[in-house]
Amino acid sequence: MEHPPFFPDAASTIAGSVDALYFAWIGLSGIVALAVAVLIVVFAVRYRTGSRAARSILDPAAHERRMRRIEVAWTLAPLGIFLGMFGWSALVYYRAIAVPADALPVYVVAKQWMWHAEHPAGEREINELHIPSGRPVELIMTSQDVIHSLSIPGFRIKQDVLPGRYTTLWFTATRPGEYHLFCTQFCGASHSRMVGRVVVLEPARYAQWLSARDGPGTMAARGARRYRELGCGGCHGAQAAVRAPRLEGLFGGRVVLQDGRSVVADEHYLRDALLSPERAIPAGYPPQMPSYRGRIDEEGLVEIIEYLRSLGAAAPEGEP
Amino acid sequence: MNGAAIAPAGSYLGEGWDARSWFTTLDHKRIGILYTAAITLLFGIGGAAAALIRLDLLTPHSELVSLATYNKLFTIHGVIMVWFFLIPSIPATLGNFLVPMMVGARDLAFPRLNLFSWYLFVAGGALTIYALVSGGVDTGWTFYAPYSTSYANGYVYAVATGVFIAGFSSILTGLNFIVTIHEMRAPGLTWFRLPLFIWSMYATSLILVLATPVLAMTLVLMGIERFAGIGVFDPALGGDPLLFQHLFWFYSHPAVYIMIVPAMGVASEIISCFARNPVFGYRFMAYAILAIAAFGFVVWGHHMFVSGQSAYAGTVFSLLTFLVSVPSAVKVFNWTATLYKGRISFEAPMLYALGFIGLFTIGGLTGLFLASLGLDVQLHDTYFVVAHFHYIMVGGAVMAFFGGMHFWWPKITGRMYPETWARSCAVLTFVGFNLTFFPQFIVGYLGMPRRYPEYPPEFQVWNVLSSAGAAFLAFGYALPLFYLLWSLRHGPRAPANPWNAKGLEWQTPSPPPVENFPVAPTVQEEAYAYRSGEAGHG
Repeated sequence: MEHPPFFPDAASTIAGSVDALYFAWIGLSGIVALAVAVLIVVFAVRYRTGSRAARSILDPAAHERRMRRIEVAWTLAPLGIFLGMFGWSALVYYRAIAVPADALPVYVVAKQWMWHAEHPAGEREINELHIPSGRPVELIMTSQDVIHSLSIPGFRIKQDVLPGRYTTLWFTATRPGEYHLFCTQFCGASHSRMVGRVVVLEPARYAQWLSARDGPGTMAARGARRYRELGCGGCHGAQAAVRAPRLEGLFGGRVVLQDGRSVVADEHYLRDALLSPERAIPAGYPPQMPSYRGRIDEEGLVEIIEYLRSLGAAAPEGEP
Repeated sequence: MNGAAIAPAGSYLGEGWDARSWFTTLDHKRIGILYTAAITLLFGIGGAAAALIRLDLLTPHSELVSLATYNKLFTIHGVIMVWFFLIPSIPATLGNFLVPMMVGARDLAFPRLNLFSWYLFVAGGALTIYALVSGGVDTGWTFYAPYSTSYANGYVYAVATGVFIAGFSSILTGLNFIVTIHEMRAPGLTWFRLPLFIWSMYATSLILVLATPVLAMTLVLMGIERFAGIGVFDPALGGDPLLFQHLFWFYSHPAVYIMIVPAMGVASEIISCFARNPVFGYRFMAYAILAIAAFGFVVWGHHMFVSGQSAYAGTVFSLLTFLVSVPSAVKVFNWTATLYKGRISFEAPMLYALGFIGLFTIGGLTGLFLASLGLDVQLHDTYFVVAHFHYIMVGGAVMAFFGGMHFWWPKITGRMYPETWARSCAVLTFVGFNLTFFPQFIVGYLGMPRRYPEYPPEFQVWNVLSSAGAAFLAFGYALPLFYLLWSLRHGPRAPANPWNAKGLEWQTPSPPPVENFPVAPTVQEEAYAYRSGEAGHG
């Protein structure tokens, strides 16, 4: 029989920095716990009732001063160590949440009780996530019902997945292989079955995997179809009579809202624009955009967003 | 049962053993015993649920119970243990008995309110047990929205109402203690002569009074959303699910201090007594208790580092959490230093108290892992968290509760408990506890999520170890019930001060007379004046 695991695989670029923190705390707490234990045992033996160790305190005033100094010392020492560890752990955290600009997006819709992933190239998977090694991947996640949480222990990452908004998570996998994917926020009866595997492939094998599947077109193409079905072009199209913002080149740019705030037109903004347009009308446009709440599901939303992302900064011409 | 068989006439236990004399009593000592009986029953229920959980987790595929049943079991375990055992454990039992005794008063400030608090507690407990038994609820003790408001089946209203009612019992008890400690101290008993147990009760009461109303509001909002569909937390109704978590942890983090601060008080009393030394750095210890209670209100966001709360909020909460750890760390050093140059003996309460230091230290240190932003991402909602809070709340608080029960048992009952049995249980509990919960740190870093009845097979070894430890722990917790009850009739009669301890409660007969002190006491010395007879100490 193999020996039981003490330690998870470390298969992402940030795993090493998280493990370093873990071992530092094990070291520090080991020293403190051992020191307390040794002192308790030594005092317990030395000063047990009936032992002949000296107890008298000859100069109480000097004793008092010494004790005060000891107390100040062991208040300041932990404070210093804690502040240092706070700074270090915050650095690790900020590095772990800053998404690189070139990250490959994958959209994840969580629902009781499955993980539904959509790749821009078109593939859809349930409770599996195929990704290439050596390349940053960003998960743009939302939930259709309750709060879930996506955890990949081998990558040292985790993020709650909320209904009604997008949260994101990114990683660069370093080693091909299979890794656990867990839901870590209690979400109902089959919470413990909301598990899957992350399959990390060499870039070449990943390309093979993508092409081997005859998907129903790219995500953007599916988004374009939804765009047509919902009649978005009636206002946003080039020939539209209504004055509505052009969508080409919108994604990733800045939008000035009616109250003067300037926001980035990312997935959060576009989600608002579709579901709660009153919060997202750009300055200078009449508030004519209807809400599509209830008329489009979470998968449809991310497909439209991916479609708008695919329009990029392309020349503003032509209906899709 | 008749009183004369147990206790001498004239003592509070001496007369009146009919139902009426117990259920209408206004004597804080008897009310303390009523609470002890109630929470012992509830501890049994919560413990039975834990036993089933550990049995089920012996194998990777939930073979003992269905997934739905498992979810109800951990909800029962959490709800009962948090609100109906840990929060009232030390304050409502030992606190009720000891606060008036230690300040030299005849009773609490509001005896009727005190009895009313007990009835509220029992009503809340009964409603909760009814809900849990008749159909159960599967939200976990945390009731996270929108699961609890829009998706969960079962008796959510009944459990929430039970907790809501019990909350008023907490608030009223806290109020009673605060007024008593302010207004009813014996002549000469200045604030800085108070035993640390009283300081801990005072700080705990402040938290009870200030935090519990927020829990009540949160539960009401949850009920309104569930009942009327008014959007507060569910985004489908226009609410915000993170608002629920903020409100919930604004209460529930301070609630952790409601559980552990009283334990710190108990440990200080016991360690000082059996080391025959004043508590090292008494003033600092008193301030530390207050600091922990105050800082405890501003760290709730550390439960939400991966919730979607902003990274900047997370950073501030992480920093504040490290700051609240400083006074806790210093307390551990000070208890250890209290042993220095003492005359230490190792009766059962001392063994429990030393065990408390060990387990609280491990619980506190692992809390620092969780306060570290970058590391918490890996540990959050795994068994590492489960292990950490059990080390604090069960390792720390329950060790101290048992230690305190043994320490004051002669005072409360007038009988000595059997020492060998008690020492064995203290050791058994310590060993069993570590065997149960230490493996969970390892399986937590491996990534095993909490609230999972099923898990990947490579985690099994750690789960089997944990379940084996739980078996030892079960004996450690169950045996005292038998030998303590046995001692009521067969234990040797206790003298007024069997431990030769300082403190007003030891200066009156065991069990105390109805009016607590035959002659109203006055105080002429500092707390813990164990070395007062020696040269150099006045």
